[in-house]
Amino acid sequence: MSKILDDLRYADSHEWVKLEGDIATIGITDYAQHALGSIVYVDMPEEGDEVTAGEEFGAVESVKAASDLISPVSGEVVEINSALEDSPELVNEDAFSNWIMKVKVSDPSEIDALLDAAAYAKICEE
Amino acid sequence: MSPFGGFDMPIQYKGITEEHNAVRHEVGVFDVSHMGEVRVKGPEATKYVNHIFVNDVTGAPDGQIFYGMMCYENGTTVDDLLVYKVNDEEYFLVINASNIDKDFAWIKKNAEGFNVTVENESPYYGEVALQGPKAEEVLETVLGIDGKDIAFYNFKVFHIDGEDVIVSRTGYTGEDGFEIYGSHDFTIKVWDKLMDAGVQACGLGCRDTLRFEVGLPLYGHELSEEITPIEASLSMFVKLDKPEFIGKEALAAQKAEGVKRRIVGIELDGTAVPRAGYAVMVGDEKVGEITTGYKSISTGKSVAMAMINKPYDKLGTEIEVHIRKKRFPGKVVKKRFYDKNYKK
Repeated sequence: MSKILDDLRYADSHEWVKLEGDIATIGITDYAQHALGSIVYVDMPEEGDEVTAGEEFGAVESVKAASDLISPVSGEVVEINSALEDSPELVNEDAFSNWIMKVKVSDPSEIDALLDAAAYAKICEE
Repeated sequence: MSPFGGFDMPIQYKGITEEHNAVRHEVGVFDVSHMGEVRVKGPEATKYVNHIFVNDVTGAPDGQIFYGMMCYENGTTVDDLLVYKVNDEEYFLVINASNIDKDFAWIKKNAEGFNVTVENESPYYGEVALQGPKAEEVLETVLGIDGKDIAFYNFKVFHIDGEDVIVSRTGYTGEDGFEIYGSHDFTIKVWDKLMDAGVQACGLGCRDTLRFEVGLPLYGHELSEEITPIEASLSMFVKLDKPEFIGKEALAAQKAEGVKRRIVGIELDGTAVPRAGYAVMVGDEKVGEITTGYKSISTGKSVAMAMINKPYDKLGTEIEVHIRKKRFPGKVVKKRFYDKNYKK
């Protein structure tokens, strides 16, 4: 059974978001890391890049496949988790503490369109 | 389970990495019952096999196995296959699952005029591949089959449980190992015994990572109806000194004139993963395409096989691979990313 944290918001494409002020921390869910298997590369944007809600901002690669990362929010990338450059497997170890990017959001109300933990749990069961 | 060549096949059991490492360092077993088998019999069997096959079986001892391809007249590839020589008048051909219908039609059509019979025995045979440095030991202790005297690329027929079982020292992993062909019932029994003994079950996922690391081609990637064995850098298996075979003129001409493109290895400087279909660039020019690529499980390097236009196929040529929106630098290397550990 994969882990789902109550205090996060989720996209149906299996990214999680934690909004603090106007900074959104974004990663992939435990369900996603488990489905992907051994992660060998995380393709991240660069600091200063603009990302748009619903659009691809990078990819996570496992041995067998590449999976696009879809940004749940719009805004400017203010930080990427550079630890993942050398150790992408950290995402397998703990998908929630090993975030991928932080975004200064341009429209905090976009968060409201995302799923809460209960709604996301339902998607994972399907 | 994923559909593959009309079969539902497991991509992985425990995980690609674990299964891959089991085969490299211990032992693992693959259910490869989807592979096709064709038997050729008759007074002209040797002459016929040499007609449809680019390698040369002339004068081989009974029990020897050859790797090679069947080609069209224009030199492109119908399939790659193993040819088991039972004797001068009987051969056993092992072909790719996804090509069984196409291959058998080709084999049958080209048998006209030869004094041979060809039989598609694919529905009868199951097959397991027991692979890894401990394969010989497990073959004996778990299955009671003595494989010590079977040399690399040779086979023996054993009479077990009332049926003939073919055991060959072959595989698709770059490690020592055996492939075992028998009825479905026999194959299930073998599988269950190996599972009870704790041998790691391996899926199609690591079958691909293992064969890739040692530079073995996969039909549909490094070989196809558009690719000749010469272009696939497999000319060592094409015996142009044979009197005749289908595709000989085209392949001889290609060899003499030189190919316009060929399969090479690529190593990236970083760890982005080059996948099949990604473009290989030199400056603004697309000079080729990735055919298979991984972050190698055994070495950790991001490597690929790619079909590259001349003259960019030279070792050491600096290239870039287009991965999504970015370009990643790398260079042309030998298409062997890990050394084979065959027991010869």
